[in-house]
Amino acid sequence: MAAPCPPPPPDPQFVLRGTQSPVHALHFWEGAQAQGHPVLFSGQGRDLKLCLWDLAEGRNAVVDSVRLESVGFCRSSILAGGQPRWMLAVPGKGGDEVQILEMPSKTSVCALKPKADAKLGMPMCLRLWQADCNPRPLLLAGYEDGSVALWDVSEQKVCSHIACHEEPVMDLDFDSQKARGISGSAGKALAVWSLDGQQALQVRGTHELTNPGIAEITIRPDRKILATAGWDHRIRVFHWRTMQPLAVLAFHSAAVQCVAFAADGLLAAGSKDQRISLWSLYPRA
Amino acid sequence: MEPAPSGVRLVVREAIQTLSSSEDGGHIFSTLESLKRYLSEMEPPALPREKEEFASAHFSPVLRCLASRLSPAWLELLPDGRLEELWASFFLEGPADQAFLVLMETIEGTAGPSFRLMKMARLLARFLREGRLAVLMEVQCRQQTQPGFPLLRETLLGKVVALPDHLGNRLQRENLAEFFPQNYFRLLGEEVVRVLQAVADSLQGGLDSSVSFVAQVLGKACVHGRQQEMLGVLVPRLAALTQGSYLHQRVCWRPGGASSDRAMEAVLTGLVEAAPGPEVLSRLLGNLVVKNKKAQFVMTRKLLFLQSRLTTPMLQSLLGYLAMDSQRRPLLLQVLKELLETWGSSSAICHTPLPQQRHVSKAVLICLAHLREPELRDSRDELLASMMAGVKCRLDSSLPPVRCLGMVVAEVISARIHPEGPPLKFQYEEDELSLELLALASPQPAGNGASEAGISLAPATAEPPAETPTEIVDGGGPEAQLAGFDSELDSDDEFVPYDMSGDRELKSSKAPAYVRDCVEALTTSEDVERWEAALRALEGLVYRSPTATREVSVELAKVLLHLEEKTCVVGFAGLRQRALVAVTVTDPARVADYLTSQFYALNYSLRQRMDILDVLTLAAQELSRPGCLGRAPQPGSPSPNTQCLPAAAASQPGSAVTSDWRVVVEERIRSKTRRISKGGPRQGPAGGPSRFSSVAGHFFFPLLQHFDRPVVTFDLLGDDQLVLGRLTHTLGALMYLAVNTTVAVAMGKALLEFVWALRFHVDAYVRQGLLSAVSSVLLSVPAARLLEDLLDELLEAQSWLAGWSALARSWLTAALSSWTQVILPPQPPE
Repeated sequence: MAAPCPPPPPDPQFVLRGTQSPVHALHFWEGAQAQGHPVLFSGQGRDLKLCLWDLAEGRNAVVDSVRLESVGFCRSSILAGGQPRWMLAVPGKGGDEVQILEMPSKTSVCALKPKADAKLGMPMCLRLWQADCNPRPLLLAGYEDGSVALWDVSEQKVCSHIACHEEPVMDLDFDSQKARGISGSAGKALAVWSLDGQQALQVRGTHELTNPGIAEITIRPDRKILATAGWDHRIRVFHWRTMQPLAVLAFHSAAVQCVAFAADGLLAAGSKDQRISLWSLYPRA
Repeated sequence: MEPAPSGVRLVVREAIQTLSSSEDGGHIFSTLESLKRYLSEMEPPALPREKEEFASAHFSPVLRCLASRLSPAWLELLPDGRLEELWASFFLEGPADQAFLVLMETIEGTAGPSFRLMKMARLLARFLREGRLAVLMEVQCRQQTQPGFPLLRETLLGKVVALPDHLGNRLQRENLAEFFPQNYFRLLGEEVVRVLQAVADSLQGGLDSSVSFVAQVLGKACVHGRQQEMLGVLVPRLAALTQGSYLHQRVCWRPGGASSDRAMEAVLTGLVEAAPGPEVLSRLLGNLVVKNKKAQFVMTRKLLFLQSRLTTPMLQSLLGYLAMDSQRRPLLLQVLKELLETWGSSSAICHTPLPQQRHVSKAVLICLAHLREPELRDSRDELLASMMAGVKCRLDSSLPPVRCLGMVVAEVISARIHPEGPPLKFQYEEDELSLELLALASPQPAGNGASEAGISLAPATAEPPAETPTEIVDGGGPEAQLAGFDSELDSDDEFVPYDMSGDRELKSSKAPAYVRDCVEALTTSEDVERWEAALRALEGLVYRSPTATREVSVELAKVLLHLEEKTCVVGFAGLRQRALVAVTVTDPARVADYLTSQFYALNYSLRQRMDILDVLTLAAQELSRPGCLGRAPQPGSPSPNTQCLPAAAASQPGSAVTSDWRVVVEERIRSKTRRISKGGPRQGPAGGPSRFSSVAGHFFFPLLQHFDRPVVTFDLLGDDQLVLGRLTHTLGALMYLAVNTTVAVAMGKALLEFVWALRFHVDAYVRQGLLSAVSSVLLSVPAARLLEDLLDELLEAQSWLAGWSALARSWLTAALSSWTQVILPPQPPE
């Protein structure tokens, strides 16, 4: 290692307070890049509604909402490839289904239902993505039984399925360039897995954490580092390629529920303690 | 009588007369030429018989005469130094023994630094350079078979070996480099090699020769302590010579064997030290150990048991030598038995110095490595008995290295003697010593392949790479995308990890906020988390609220002293100790009274008693530190992220924050301030009354009261000598910390009496403690009072210390440096 004595962990750059309620989701909105849809999805509430917000020019009005059919922890995932129409994955009815909607028409394209004997439990997290070489959209879903499944949306079948956690998968993120993803669970481990040419998932390694519980995992857009939001009030930063732990940021006094990276590398974390902390770590060159 | 001998005599007599009186250069030259005929093949040649007579009867007188004539004027009788050349040739070409003796005699007989002395010394140097010593020894070796002159040989021997001494005495500062012992004995070594070679050649040629003169030279040089120079040259050369030739081996066995009993030890020690390995030693010594009683004694007893100067490689070559031949192997087993007996003897453990014990342990392990299973099986019971006795004694010892030796050796022995049974396994630190010992235990002769040490090390080194997830990348991802990785390898360095030491397991916050709550939680709480949180919070609470602590101080001390580790709490001992120290510091008199009274009470474990001592020492240290009032809790107490913004600080528990911002502000001021000169405004530590001064007696005197009164569970003067050792060290530390207090004199007096009572204690750790106690008395009591009030005690202590020098030199020097401080103007220790 370079320094014999590691530098002390940094302090947050800013602290945003005054939300008056726990923070559940965060998203950086780069105004210049948004293409006609300056919208933010709020996590679905207990009112079984997924809302679309208009944020342009400082507005904050609900423009539309999607009616959901299940109450769960699962966040939805969108795939907006620059087309006027885009795809939305939301947890569907029956507890174990994922529903794919076409937006903004809200047409239900299909429902991804695991085989009856699979016993995956509820979907806990979803990630829609599309490989560059392949026009067919794929969906990565983490399930309650600790497994991660790769769905081919158009064929409505599971391409690959691996069990990588003991506890329910809480969040996952996928790096489509390296074909590598990471998932965190309610347990004490992070799992790194990869996708090979035959679209088969393989566990590459696990990383033990000090305290159990990961609420969200986000890989920085430049794919150099990743951050996890921990139930242990701490944000952990790892080197994405080597999974070397880089920092443990202890600032919040309650569970951290979401982390997000801005395009310029700024890290934001929202916590149950009603504060949002902003950190500048390993600035992008 | 035939006419020829008288002819020689006449010629010589005439020549001597001419030499001693004539001043005519030409005449002298021709006279010398005529004499030279008897030495060399000059024309007209002399008869062999004449030569022989000249050499045996007339050569020495001629040389003496030549030596006596030497002067600057005499040498210049002929130009170009021709006369000098001729003169010198007599010494260099004639019989070497006589020439050598005359040279030495003349040098010894010449007073003071003079032209003649220097000339003779140079001539002697030349004599050495031209290899005449080898000729001398060779002749002696050849004459060995004839009835010789023991006296002459004895004289020669003495002069050859003592040459550097004689020359050094005579020449003083003018001494030549050739005669320095380190150079001379190297040369002598080379000459010995040459002689041995010549002897071997002449034996091959069917001539009778004996090497006993060479052996005597070697032996005598070794007795004079010159093994290193002589054998350093000899052994490598002989090792090469004896590589193939059996004859050479026979010749070389002799020097060792032919040494007199007196020189045997010196020669053998030198050989063992100089030999690069057991093979060489075996070639040079043959089976001498079996044949010669003295050699056997030296090799199997003296070098192993009575000395400890052999290094590990030397031990290995010595024991390897014993193991190499079937005739010698019984000796090896015998040695192992005796070694183990010594290793396991309680008296040896108690009385031999540590290096010696280490030496014996190493020897045991090397023996074991050499011996094979069947050989060990026969004497298994005997070995086992010695081992068990030894392990017991060693584990009882209060010195950690002795214990460590016991554990390592016992593990190895049990594994070798009882390969089928369950192996002994101890917990010891893997330090340099234990690793070295374990490495020795592995058999060298390609027996089991990988050594034990190697196996145990392998997983440790293999582990870290297995964890680094670089493999994750290497195997993963489609090949098309792998190309991008290389560029990323370079940019790795920018990610320097931050300090992650604060990453602990999250505990639910149930820590009590008041001291009384802590006491209650520690005594009654069934909730393990609350109990642990109370223990962690206690130290900080005690320092923060001294008044509240004083109300319950003794009760709290009692609780802490009896506290047991209910669940596995990381750092339990440290937490408990720090809390106890905090309580003691906050309310010194009462808590110290309580703790010291409990030290001699009935129902405590040794651990608790030692904890009491540690706490007293630490608290005394804390109290005597200048300006210790109102200090922040020590690092390690649960304080969250130490550096937080003022904005964030509001939500933190307020304790650590105040001192933190001060540090931050000071840091900023320092970074913004430019100092023109260094060393101005640095002020010393703020003065203030030592808080220890008023309570030192409470800490100290009760500990001295009952040490000689054993109770059922606690006998300081008996089995519990470990605690006694700790007690003496604690008393020494308390004494030291009481420097500059009024009570120091009384404490010193009491302590010296205590030391006097225990001065002959058998345990080394206790004795060390006593020494440190004495030195702290010397440090702490003012010099004037020391000489006034404590004179009698001091004199007694001094007489006791006088007998120590051999036992613990290092400790004594520490004590002596204290003595010098007594004489110097007293300075308060930092």
